[in-house]
Amino acid sequence: MIFDGVDIDIPRGKITAIMGPSGTGKTTLLRLIGGQLRPQAGRVLVDGQDVHALRRRELYDLRKRMGMLFQSGALLTDINVFDNVAFPLREHTRLSEVMIRDLVLMKLEAVGLRGARDMSPSELSGGMARRVALARAIALDPMMIMYDEPFTGLDPISKGAVVELIHKINEALGVTSIIVSHDVQETASISDYIYVLSGGKVVGQGAPQNLMNSDSEWVRQFMQGLPDGPVPFHYPAPDYAEDLLAGQG
Amino acid sequence: MTGGLARLGRAALSFFERLGRGHLFLLQILAGVPGLLLRPRLVIQQLYSVGVLSLVIIVVSGLFVGMVLGLQGYNTLADFGAAESLGVMVALSLVRELGPVVTALLFGGRAGSALTAEIGLMKATEQLSGMEMMAVDPLRRVIAPRFAAGVIAMPLLAAIFSAIGVVGGYFVGVGLLGVDEGAFWSQMQARVDLYDDVMNGVIKSVAFGFVASWIAVYEGYDAVPTSEGVSRATTRTVVHTALAVLGLDFVLTALMFGE
Repeated sequence: MIFDGVDIDIPRGKITAIMGPSGTGKTTLLRLIGGQLRPQAGRVLVDGQDVHALRRRELYDLRKRMGMLFQSGALLTDINVFDNVAFPLREHTRLSEVMIRDLVLMKLEAVGLRGARDMSPSELSGGMARRVALARAIALDPMMIMYDEPFTGLDPISKGAVVELIHKINEALGVTSIIVSHDVQETASISDYIYVLSGGKVVGQGAPQNLMNSDSEWVRQFMQGLPDGPVPFHYPAPDYAEDLLAGQG
Repeated sequence: MTGGLARLGRAALSFFERLGRGHLFLLQILAGVPGLLLRPRLVIQQLYSVGVLSLVIIVVSGLFVGMVLGLQGYNTLADFGAAESLGVMVALSLVRELGPVVTALLFGGRAGSALTAEIGLMKATEQLSGMEMMAVDPLRRVIAPRFAAGVIAMPLLAAIFSAIGVVGGYFVGVGLLGVDEGAFWSQMQARVDLYDDVMNGVIKSVAFGFVASWIAVYEGYDAVPTSEGVSRATTRTVVHTALAVLGLDFVLTALMFGE
């Protein structure tokens, strides 16, 4: 079992973060919301619709209104940056190429990469790839965007750019944003509300400031990044001295 | 003892599970094929990478196989004073058997493995998952066009292989060993039957193309999304294609030519 009694409320138009250590199923949660995984029990409601009770066509219609930013960017590697951003527009709309060109350039301008339109995904740095993926995620003007570990593995400048972009896109477009992350600093700086998950349960929730000074020792350890605490530094092991002596035969 | 039995049982179960998933997968792709008529560009792009890029290996192999057939056939036929039948022998061997079979084996090694690796890597880099989240069904957008292109390309490649093979046999037989040119061609024309030989060969190549493309796209889609998983899937594609093609060839040959 990955989740047990998780009840998360994501308000419209706000940035909600879901945090927790690696391996707590944060990405799984996004896949449940997007309907890529089916829960054994429980419901996921998006805009009032039960995601897992939808028919295939309805689910696909709902997904057109959701954007998702994958950790890897998930750009299509056989086409260039421009075509990647144009991909959802070409698949789902009957707009003319002229119109698509304008839209793509607008989205790319928003993430600052209008000049990189002819590059292939393999030429992009990690931060650029994520920004292109973000431009693609907003191509269809979704009502919500899910960010899967948007800050992981980026240099400080790219990280700052992504933080700023998520914030700006949320404000300018009024989209509901869900950030799944374990980068406390960046996430806390832009989130309106944070849920902390551990062991399949919500162990803490609240506005970023309140969580920093949470009553729960575990939440404090996580938010402040302390090496030792309720989550011990040492993986459970037999007594150290006995272990060493045991090798002497 | 019981441990061995349990392992055997588990292996059998997982084998049949995979087989079942493969068939469901095939049904899903086939459901996506009619939609491709509206977007022929998707298939044409894949025909280029699956078909056109396989041409070199097919042409070169066809030429050499035909030349070897010419040499070997001449030596045997000459013993019976039937060297003039060389054209028939070369043409029948190619059209009925070697054309479809060798092309399918090469197709599995060249195009099939490339398809598996491409799809497997798309899966590993979350491109397929990303498409799903963009409300684009990867089975229809990515897999079905590749499958269709494979099924279309294989018979064409087999036909080219056979044609080039005949030319190779001609070079060696007529050009090098001095078989009579008129006899070479006229006997071939008289004895190779359009329906019994050529059509049966075409049917074989369509069947092989279907199986080879199915294996290739399935292995890619079902690959464990890591570099090791993709490399294993690619190997499996080549091995399974070879086994399936040779096995199927026996069955089809028995049905077509067994009296």
